[in-house]
Amino acid sequence: MFSQFKYWKPFIGPFDPCKPIKVKSYSTPPHLYIGFQPPGMKQFSPKDALMHGTLWPQLYSPYPDPNKGVKKD
Amino acid sequence: MFYYEKKLQYPVRVSTCNPMLAKFLIEQYGGADGELAAALRYMNQRYTIPDKVIGLLNDIAMEEFSHLEMIATMVYKLTKDATPEMMKAAGLGDHYADHDKALYYHNAAGVPWTATYIQAKGDPIADLYEDIAAEEKARATYQWLIDMSDDPDINDSLRFLREREVVHSLRFREAVEILKEDQGKKKFY
Ligand SMILES: [Fe+2]
Repeated sequence: MFSQFKYWKPFIGPFDPCKPIKVKSYSTPPHLYIGFQPPGMKQFSPKDALMHGTLWPQLYSPYPDPNKGVKKD
Repeated sequence: MFYYEKKLQYPVRVSTCNPMLAKFLIEQYGGADGELAAALRYMNQRYTIPDKVIGLLNDIAMEEFSHLEMIATMVYKLTKDATPEMMKAAGLGDHYADHDKALYYHNAAGVPWTATYIQAKGDPIADLYEDIAAEEKARATYQWLIDMSDDPDINDSLRFLREREVVHSLRFREAVEILKEDQGKKKFY
């Protein structure tokens, strides 16, 4: 399984004027990994589909990262 | 021909009186990667794109108009009861000077919408790659808007709109795959 967010550590200079943001992130939503959607993917109920903005759980991309700050091993 | 349904694609609710948010949201109304640009881009490119993907551009163009309405509703609700003083304090003084509380197609910095934001190259691959890029840029804009907004109801609608960009991007990528396919060669997905 792919991750929906990527984290990286930018260079921090000794004379940077602002408090450094040590970890930066960007979003890598599921469509980047699907290529061509196969038929028969699992579907949300109509109401959940509306709330998520897509009929397919596999296409759902949360924002911001719901696991932000959670350490993974 | 259009059939108009008198409701929004997704409910728009606004929980806080925060006209400054309207100033930022207008980026998705009349900005380069906004909903107007998206709708007009696809609705125009569809005429010369191969038949197999005309329907896709048509459908997505229509949906972008529905998104435009959602953004308009947010901006309207955020500003309709703002006093001139509140407009000034929100950085909307220049907007008020020209438009009162009327909406206008410009970006967050007040630059008016221009057709140069969109292209129709006539080359289907070039056009679809532009469309994919446009969807990713719109997705990014929604991320930055969510980052700046602390209105939970607005953010709910913005997350819906962001997800739609993800789906559109996938559809345009699939369109490229369809046009790449060797003719007469059967392939099953
Ligand atoms: Fe879109």
